[in-house]
Amino acid sequence: MSLSREQIAMRVAQEFGDGHYINLGIGIPTLAANYVANDIEVMLQSENGLLGMGPYPTKEQVDADMINAGKETVTAATGASIFNSAESFAMIRGGHVDLTVLGAFEVDCHGNIASWMIPGKLIKGMGGAMDLVAGAKNIIVTMTHADKHGNSKLLAQCTLPLTGVNCINKIITDLAVLEVKSGAFHLIERAPGVTVDEIRTKTVGKLVIGADVPEMMF
Amino acid sequence: MAGFNKVVDSYEAAMAGLQDNMTVIAGGFGLCGIPEGLIAQIKKMNTKGLTVVSNNCGVDGFGLGLLLEEKQIKKMVSSYVGENALFEQQLLNGELEVELTPQGTLAEKMRAGGAGIPAFYTATGFGTPVGEGKETRKFNGRDYILEESITGDFAIIKAYKADRYGNCIYRHTAQNFNPMAATAGKITVLEVEEIVEPGALSPSEIHTPGIYIDRVIVGSFEKRIEREILSSVTSNQ
Repeated sequence: MSLSREQIAMRVAQEFGDGHYINLGIGIPTLAANYVANDIEVMLQSENGLLGMGPYPTKEQVDADMINAGKETVTAATGASIFNSAESFAMIRGGHVDLTVLGAFEVDCHGNIASWMIPGKLIKGMGGAMDLVAGAKNIIVTMTHADKHGNSKLLAQCTLPLTGVNCINKIITDLAVLEVKSGAFHLIERAPGVTVDEIRTKTVGKLVIGADVPEMMF
Repeated sequence: MAGFNKVVDSYEAAMAGLQDNMTVIAGGFGLCGIPEGLIAQIKKMNTKGLTVVSNNCGVDGFGLGLLLEEKQIKKMVSSYVGENALFEQQLLNGELEVELTPQGTLAEKMRAGGAGIPAFYTATGFGTPVGEGKETRKFNGRDYILEESITGDFAIIKAYKADRYGNCIYRHTAQNFNPMAATAGKITVLEVEEIVEPGALSPSEIHTPGIYIDRVIVGSFEKRIEREILSSVTSNQ
């Protein structure tokens, strides 16, 4: 069975290390904030200028001056700090953010990512994604393994305009966890009940499969 | 002696000198921390052919989106413009030009512009459409592109409190691009929620020193919220 959005988010949260500063993109990555392990402390960075993002507010706490990078109302966690956008991107571009997790249209086995522009469709912009993939210490992509027509999103070479080059370290999909290194996808885990064959069929880029590929643990 | 009294009492005075075809840098992120009254004044003046540099272009009928209604904007320099049907329509009609710029690069372009740095190298955008046609250089084995900084004829910004010297503080995430925009305008106009007596703000709490500010006006703000999400909801995504 392929994973639900919540299950992908749960698996993403297993990548969070104690004491890490983490930037989560819109969508599934943001959901992962709900599954941080109880025995670790992480701090979420929101690139509009907040380090230490807390939960969504109660009705009484709603404050128009307090939003996240998705322009949603938000609160500040204990230990938070607030700063301007140049400072925010200095911490991103300067390599101070430990991990960023973001979605993508395509990833290839060279670690390139395409996530912001489909030629012929309206282009809304890249926001902070190009800065994040150029600057964070570790970059993980979450997405479905194939599109709704069954076409693989893990390619030999991205076909869409890129967000960043040679920057993706790991991919967590609804079917598998893969590392990207030496010009290949390395299958390291599969979703419970998903066969290696299915993953192979849905991966176009070079795929390296070890002798034993364990199922993900939740 | 006018001294350092930068406070003006009308929006006409606040935006005096704005002319067609000028470049305006605007603070704000989405609808958060935007100079609502100054934008309304530009709308009222019906200045045309503007190049507007701001992370976003408001929404239909609010924020910088207001300036689209009479087609006052010729070119928009932004990182994300997806919230606005009128924007989309004018872009598709070829009535509006957009230069999409990564958010961190945009912030740094303003910061550098205000600091007298004409250009800087960044890894952001290398190998992507953003890097096309730009000078590249390798430092310590990594590729970077050269990005030119931005200055404006006007900068319009929003802060929480200011004194008559133009010293100001921002509130929460309404800070965003405002401090960088403040530095990058030939004329920087600050709209605030409250003007306080000199000395009321501690020198060490000032976010933007008054040297960057030319005019201060007190406004009233609607502070529209783009996406109100409450704690009972896990996510709207």
